[in-house]
Amino acid sequence: MTDDALGPREAPSPGGRPPGGLQAERLRWSAGGRLLVDGVDVTSPPGTVTGLLGPNGSGKTTLLRLLAGVRRPEDGTVRLDGTDLHATSPRARARAVALVEQDATTDLPITVLDAVLLGRIPHRSLLAGPRAADRTAALEALDAAGASALCDREVTTLSGGERQRVHLARALAQQPRLILLDEPTNHLDVRAQLETMTVLRKLAADGVTVVTALHELTMAAHACDHVVLLADGRVVAAGTVEDVLVPEVLEPVYGVRVDVLRHPRTGRPVLAYTES
Amino acid sequence: MTPPVTGSLAVERRTTRRTDVPAARSSPRAAVWLVAAAVLLVLSVSVAVTLGPAHLPVADVWRSVAQHLRLDGPLGLDRLAPLPDGLVWELRLPRVLTAAGVGAGLAVCGVVMQSLTRNPLADPYLLGLSSGASLGAVCVLGLGVALVLPVAAFAGALLALLATLGLAGAAGGLTPSRTVLAGLAVSQLASAGVSFVIFWTSTGDSYQDILSWLLGSVAGATWTSVAVTCGATLVLGSVLAASGSLLDAFTFGDTAAAALGVPVERARKILLVLVAILTGALVSQSGSIGFVGLVLPHAVRLVVGTRNRLLLPLSGLLGASFLVWADTAARTVFAPREIPVGVMTAAVGAPVFAFLLWRGRSRA
Repeated sequence: MTDDALGPREAPSPGGRPPGGLQAERLRWSAGGRLLVDGVDVTSPPGTVTGLLGPNGSGKTTLLRLLAGVRRPEDGTVRLDGTDLHATSPRARARAVALVEQDATTDLPITVLDAVLLGRIPHRSLLAGPRAADRTAALEALDAAGASALCDREVTTLSGGERQRVHLARALAQQPRLILLDEPTNHLDVRAQLETMTVLRKLAADGVTVVTALHELTMAAHACDHVVLLADGRVVAAGTVEDVLVPEVLEPVYGVRVDVLRHPRTGRPVLAYTES
Repeated sequence: MTPPVTGSLAVERRTTRRTDVPAARSSPRAAVWLVAAAVLLVLSVSVAVTLGPAHLPVADVWRSVAQHLRLDGPLGLDRLAPLPDGLVWELRLPRVLTAAGVGAGLAVCGVVMQSLTRNPLADPYLLGLSSGASLGAVCVLGLGVALVLPVAAFAGALLALLATLGLAGAAGGLTPSRTVLAGLAVSQLASAGVSFVIFWTSTGDSYQDILSWLLGSVAGATWTSVAVTCGATLVLGSVLAASGSLLDAFTFGDTAAAALGVPVERARKILLVLVAILTGALVSQSGSIGFVGLVLPHAVRLVVGTRNRLLLPLSGLLGASFLVWADTAARTVFAPREIPVGVMTAAVGAPVFAFLLWRGRSRA
């Protein structure tokens, strides 16, 4: 992996048109009387990777579901390339937005190829089966996610990391303009983590808007253009890696001491933690 | 999304090689399976009708059918004697066809419930729908109005389904084992209700009646039973079978289905109500026959995979043959004694249930 692949990119200039990419404003969502997402704004231009950071229970997963349009916010709007996601039909939305959940499993003996073909459902008639074009898209998605070798395996026999790649491939098969991921590097060894982030960078290079929840702050510093830091359902800070991943911002949120070192070869921040 | 630039040659080579093979194979293979299953069903029905205390040749079965469809004249067939004709047309054929309709419907219900609840143990019997439907049916038996029976059975099935899902949900979520436990509770209560209502109202052999509702029986099947069961299975089964791609979307859960553009709550409500209607129609004619909705879908999945578009119709066709043979065994193996068909399906189904429990042991 080279520096180049992971370097930050300039957002394409709006040029007078309404801003492209993801624009979410004043999102609010509560469950059981608890406000889980409280007035959150997220902006993510096309061609960039935005990291969603925050401690456990800070509302990352809930926010991703709101941004993906699978949950309707109590207040606020989610726009993709200027279109209100909650005003479009679910099928049209699913052709533009894909969501990779954390730990999605099944007990059914489904093969990897069939699982990835599910991503073609929004693109094909519900009465017809998958066609050759769907199969091609599914195989390309498997390849892009580095999961071609798993094609004929059953999903139930895969390791956590392999399963994660299959879910990523399923999302890619949707050929989305916006892809949202919930901690896609979970369960992965370091090499697989880097490979996953490289896939996301390549997607961004193709003009896709990528938003991913991440736990590992150094990984966010390594691979994201922008980061949004959440705590208790609110945005604490948003901006570039250099603006947000600093001790003054992180220490109150995580309750630990943070030291920011520099990667000797990339010059990017490497974060070290000690108990405060 | 365009494929990444690096390694794009490798991408192309792999995709062209792989696309042709499965794409060319899967559709004709699906058609072959369906035709084979349909042929098996026609053969099963033809042969099952000939079996019994009085043996008949298969030709007589078709002569009787032709005679009643007024095709014997045009086909130049001799008339069948009244006795074998009555045996085929009045006694055995309605029974065999009812078994086929019930078997097909229950298998389709099983597939839909397993997909929607993501629970490999879901079927109308284990989740209490069948017992609920039985209870609904026996409550209105005394009224003597034919159409009321399936409606009351549907109401019973729907209430039982709501009770099972509500109980499992209140107990902390719809995990497979919790849902089955809740189904067991609902099923036991409804079965007790069936026994109570029959003891209270029945004038004939209460025990026999109770047995045929709780273990299932198609012994008293008439052409009305055929109309209700086969009609409901053909109409509702076709609607459910058309929902294959929708059900596929539920493979990785509700959120994943929503992300694939499925209106999750609406789809689930509509499909589960259709399942309850179908279960009600079937149970009103046959009582609660267990395990058909469990055994068939799993057996078929082992052979053809998980795609619901093929799984639904194929499970239905094979479920029909399965119950035809289960019922034939029930009335012939221990002749002149006849055992309830539910005993036969349980003999096959309970070990399958045990196997599924064993296979899913790592997940609560």
